Amino acid sequence: MSYIYLYPKWIRLWHLFNGLLFIILIITGVSMQYTDKEDNILLFGFARAVKWHNVAAILLTLNYIFFVTGNIVTKNFRFYKIEKKNFLADLMAQFRYYSVGMFKGEKHPFPVTEKRKFNPLQKFTYFLAMYISMPMLIISGAGLMFPEITINRFFGVSGLILTDLLHVTMGFLLSVFMLIHIYTCTLGSTPGSLFRSMLSGYHESEEN
Amino acid sequence: MRASPFRLPACLLLLFPAISFGAFNAVAGKEKGPADDTSTYRSPFYEDNERCFSCHGQKTYSYMNVNLGKQVRAMMFQERIIHRDEFYLSNHKSFSCTDCHSSDYNKFPHPGELRMEQNFNCIDCHGGDDKFSKFNFETIESEYQQSVHYKLEGEGFSCWKCHDPHTYRINIRDSRNIGEAILYDNNICLDCHSDYDRFQLLSDKKEINILKTHSWLPNQGAHFKSVRCLECHTRVNDTVLVAHLVRPKEMAVSGCNECHSKNSLLMSSLYKFKSKEQRKDGFINGIIMNESYVIGANRNEYLNLLSFIIFLGVAGVIGIHVLFRIIKKRQ
Repeated sequence: MSYIYLYPKWIRLWHLFNGLLFIILIITGVSMQYTDKEDNILLFGFARAVKWHNVAAILLTLNYIFFVTGNIVTKNFRFYKIEKKNFLADLMAQFRYYSVGMFKGEKHPFPVTEKRKFNPLQKFTYFLAMYISMPMLIISGAGLMFPEITINRFFGVSGLILTDLLHVTMGFLLSVFMLIHIYTCTLGSTPGSLFRSMLSGYHESEEN
Repeated sequence: MRASPFRLPACLLLLFPAISFGAFNAVAGKEKGPADDTSTYRSPFYEDNERCFSCHGQKTYSYMNVNLGKQVRAMMFQERIIHRDEFYLSNHKSFSCTDCHSSDYNKFPHPGELRMEQNFNCIDCHGGDDKFSKFNFETIESEYQQSVHYKLEGEGFSCWKCHDPHTYRINIRDSRNIGEAILYDNNICLDCHSDYDRFQLLSDKKEINILKTHSWLPNQGAHFKSVRCLECHTRVNDTVLVAHLVRPKEMAVSGCNECHSKNSLLMSSLYKFKSKEQRKDGFINGIIMNESYVIGANRNEYLNLLSFIIFLGVAGVIGIHVLFRIIKKRQ
């Protein structure tokens, strides 16, 4: 077993807060969308849901700014850089490994190294999640938190509806991403190894 | 490569800049509302009424003072000014002034005792008349008598405090622009509740401050713009078109879920007249979305189903993956 220090303290802290805040946002967001006059023990009341959603959203935004700044300052951004060369082939190779190869005992096509923290599929989905979906989620959320800055009507449709649809769609896609992300984190050398990595900072690998 | 993972974010990205910023406000067409009504109505009593409007239709009037033997110009008392344009747009536009006021007003100077003239109330004309039965004025009267306003009748409160017979227009029912209808209706309340001079005619309270008393309301401006005071301050009654039972402030709706829910209160109040027209694009309470958007009340059944299917699909794929991993481990 080899250990590579891949996750510095600032990334682990950001990741921990990001995960916790996102869980709060999912629960309160679903509560706002589905709360009814009758109480439901699985959901927050609307007023409480709005309050906690807003607080968590502001903290998530600050955490996101911290993440982007950290990526620029520490050059962590390079790990997200998608290689154009063989992009699709690499993506498919990784997908094939998860769906077939790993069950046949094949070797990981893109083992983790100091220079390659993420495999092509991770790079692609993390890029979409963190640099496309998150900004859209945050800015559309600001439009809902401050409805006075949102346009009233856009080609005859309420600007709030479109902003909310965008917000809910991004929130849903990121929730699905989170579910898949948590599951793929069990695909390390042992089911718990990647979770341990995010606490210790060291990536555990059977391959040398 | 499958295109879908790219296509959706790309479309949303293209749409996004147009959504959250005000730059495209100019694109939206201005809707026509009651205030734009350019009615050319000609009253059969126009000439008769003009005798009154020649003085009461503007800020100043003139008359021959026979004692002084000269023409005198004077200011009209603000409360006695009736604007012609507003009158001829009002529900009572076909009336002659003397239908409701004494014909003795034709004399000038007006006899002093006319100041004590008894005013009609709505029910005096609208009650017990088949022509108005669908409006259920008797129930409105009964609701009014149970409302907090009725307690002030001894102090001078009457139908006219809210429904000025010279200018009142049926609004929400015929409105093509809910925003303007909300503004019109809320201004009726604010006439007294934001004007201390008028308010103190009926109350000994030392202060009125609507913004302060509603400071608990999130996005106060958006709420004031999107709903009428009536939505929270009256008890909904299906037998009348507009609820008139104004309840004490302690009993006002303060639970967000009352409106922000599938069974939104707004559907039986503000959108009562429009709720019969059903939209068929999958949105619950979709009629609200013609004018506004209420989180929690406007859910899209198709999107809900789609998201549920996607979520189940992902969970299913994960489940199968786990199963294969378990099988592989046992081998």
